[in-house]
Amino acid sequence: MRFLRTPEYDELFAGDPTWVTESIGGIGDDGRALVTKSSFRFLHTLYNLGPAPEPNLTIWYSPRLPDNFRHFAAKVAIDTSSIQFESDEIMRRAWGDDGAIACCVSPMLLGKQMQFFGARANLAKCLLYAINGGRDEVSGEQIGPKFEAVEGEYLRFDDIIEKFERMMDWLAGVYVNAMNVIHYMHDKYAYERLEMALHDYAPLRTMAFGIAGMSVVADSLSAMKHAQVRVIRDASGLVTSYETQGEFPQFGNHDNRVDHLAAWLVTTFMTKLRRYPTYRGAIHTQSVLTITSNVVYGKNTGDTPDGRRRGEPFAPGANPMHGRDKHGIHASAASVAKIPYRDAADGISLTSTMVPQSLGRTEKDRIENLTSMLDAFFGVTGYHMNVNVLNRETLLDAVDHPEKYPNLTIRVSGYAVNFVRLSREQQMDVINRTFHGA
Amino acid sequence: METNETPSQVPLTAKSPFELRVNLGSHVPETDVRSAVASGDIGFVHSFTTGSTVDGPGVRVVVWLTGCQFRCLYCHNPDTWTLTNGIPVPIGRAIDELRKYRHGLKTMRGGLTISGGEPLMQHKFALKLFSAARAMGVHTTLDTNGHLGDRLTDADLENIDLVLLDIKSWDEDRHRHLTGAEIAPVLNFARRLAARKRPIWLRFVLVPGLTYHPDDIDRLAEFAGRLGNVERVDVLPFHQMGEHKWKKLGIEYKLHDVQPPSKNMVDGVCAQFRAAGLAAY
Repeated sequence: MRFLRTPEYDELFAGDPTWVTESIGGIGDDGRALVTKSSFRFLHTLYNLGPAPEPNLTIWYSPRLPDNFRHFAAKVAIDTSSIQFESDEIMRRAWGDDGAIACCVSPMLLGKQMQFFGARANLAKCLLYAINGGRDEVSGEQIGPKFEAVEGEYLRFDDIIEKFERMMDWLAGVYVNAMNVIHYMHDKYAYERLEMALHDYAPLRTMAFGIAGMSVVADSLSAMKHAQVRVIRDASGLVTSYETQGEFPQFGNHDNRVDHLAAWLVTTFMTKLRRYPTYRGAIHTQSVLTITSNVVYGKNTGDTPDGRRRGEPFAPGANPMHGRDKHGIHASAASVAKIPYRDAADGISLTSTMVPQSLGRTEKDRIENLTSMLDAFFGVTGYHMNVNVLNRETLLDAVDHPEKYPNLTIRVSGYAVNFVRLSREQQMDVINRTFHGA
Repeated sequence: METNETPSQVPLTAKSPFELRVNLGSHVPETDVRSAVASGDIGFVHSFTTGSTVDGPGVRVVVWLTGCQFRCLYCHNPDTWTLTNGIPVPIGRAIDELRKYRHGLKTMRGGLTISGGEPLMQHKFALKLFSAARAMGVHTTLDTNGHLGDRLTDADLENIDLVLLDIKSWDEDRHRHLTGAEIAPVLNFARRLAARKRPIWLRFVLVPGLTYHPDDIDRLAEFAGRLGNVERVDVLPFHQMGEHKWKKLGIEYKLHDVQPPSKNMVDGVCAQFRAAGLAAY
């Protein structure tokens, strides 16, 4: 099946996804593991039918799942890079055990819940609007409300926070209003009767907002707080670039000085969204997840105070920025696990890409070590992890010789895609991301 | 050491994990360096990582200390040779950092590995960090060339759950040529660990033309097999990823033309160790 879609849609969500997700595993409310022979069979299709991006196979992961199942799931992840893991503990406690994943990583109760979905807000750009009083840093046009722009040579943390909060207030209002209009009109002209006929009366509705650029904003705020950020203006006084002097802690190193700024951002924006009523009284939720859209958001965003240059991609989902997590996967996963689920109930996505050798010297070691990593991440407050186990050389070869890899599937933030169907920019973004252990 | 920074702000990170570390501790006066090494209150740290699966059992935190008395021809981190290339880190800061990972390390059946350089060049610092790890219930591993094993008392050995012992060559002359140091203290340390029943994972770096001498390997395997405490042998294939560091440091690199060993050669060497009754990978 292939949908006809506009090029703009393909830029955001590449690889022709149909958004079909299969939920496997988990623990029941009564404490039984919801693992049967068919759970193994579903995973085994990746061997006998070959890897495929869809259905998006999702393990509801708990360290309490049977050893054999956890090990098999880890083995499949290592061999195929085609499954994602989500915290059964968090989802079950929040919603219940009879759940499934809608589209990417959002849990909901079967037949009792539905979701109004709507992309994400580029918070890195919002930060730049706060600095420039609502003017766009690329075009120079007045896009946001004409608030007071930053004055002077250096960015002051307290001043920026105040301006940023004000700009986020405005953005949250625009965002909720846009979502209300879209879903009102959608229901009016294309109400999904068939799907809704399969639901109970009066389902619980959520409205799923999202953010992009979390780690860019966290690192930018950290630079203002812990180092000196000097602004560089063009002839019209517009701040178009930054010069940062001194070291500052960066998201992804298990360092609370900056990890708490990321958590603050998620909580703050969620709080602002909640102030605006939604269509049909839906519950506000939010995701920190991008699929492949981190590339296009980055492409349209100017220089940021963390040192990222204009046009460079954001990190996917809740990932640290490329190359800034300097102390390995345990540290970067610990940072991501600090993002509070209560304020991102639509999902917090971590995509990790490792070379096989970094998981251990033998296949048995690799399976046990990956299982251990999942146990540790989901044993605390980790919510979602994509696992790609790939060689950099394989991906580079696939860029040049797509015909050799028709079925090469990789995990992107919150979803799986066919690698050779990504644009070259998106492919290079995947390759340039931190390869743990490379 | 005079510092204006509070312990929690002492940076632990150079700009990139892959770049060279040079002179990061050279601002520390020499008398302070000496007292730091003598007391172990401050360590000179090249870098640390988490999530390592190749430096001992499970998923581990690994810290690389600077300073080494060997000058191995195939060394892939020659910037760790000089003590003051490392970042000076107070022991309290190092312990605080480790504490953040203790729960995860237990879940992942991992622990702390101290490597280098040669970690026993800063044995007081290493021992302080090991005791702290033990107090947190974290498994401890020392990755050493064994040459300075005499610096550890029997009581110290009890605080080290596992020793990754890197034996570079069996032959005395070749060992001297390869490392610039004698092999006898290394073997003595291995025997002492065996006598005290402290487990060893033997590491052997396989470099074609340099350490690939089948007779030597047989004798090393026989020695290791007889020790009785060698739980595992890691045969580490030589690679050329360290060459750029030699260039940048301006030291002559003699292995430019050496190829990494073939898979067959690695498998053959593993088989030699297995023939002595050892588990080799």
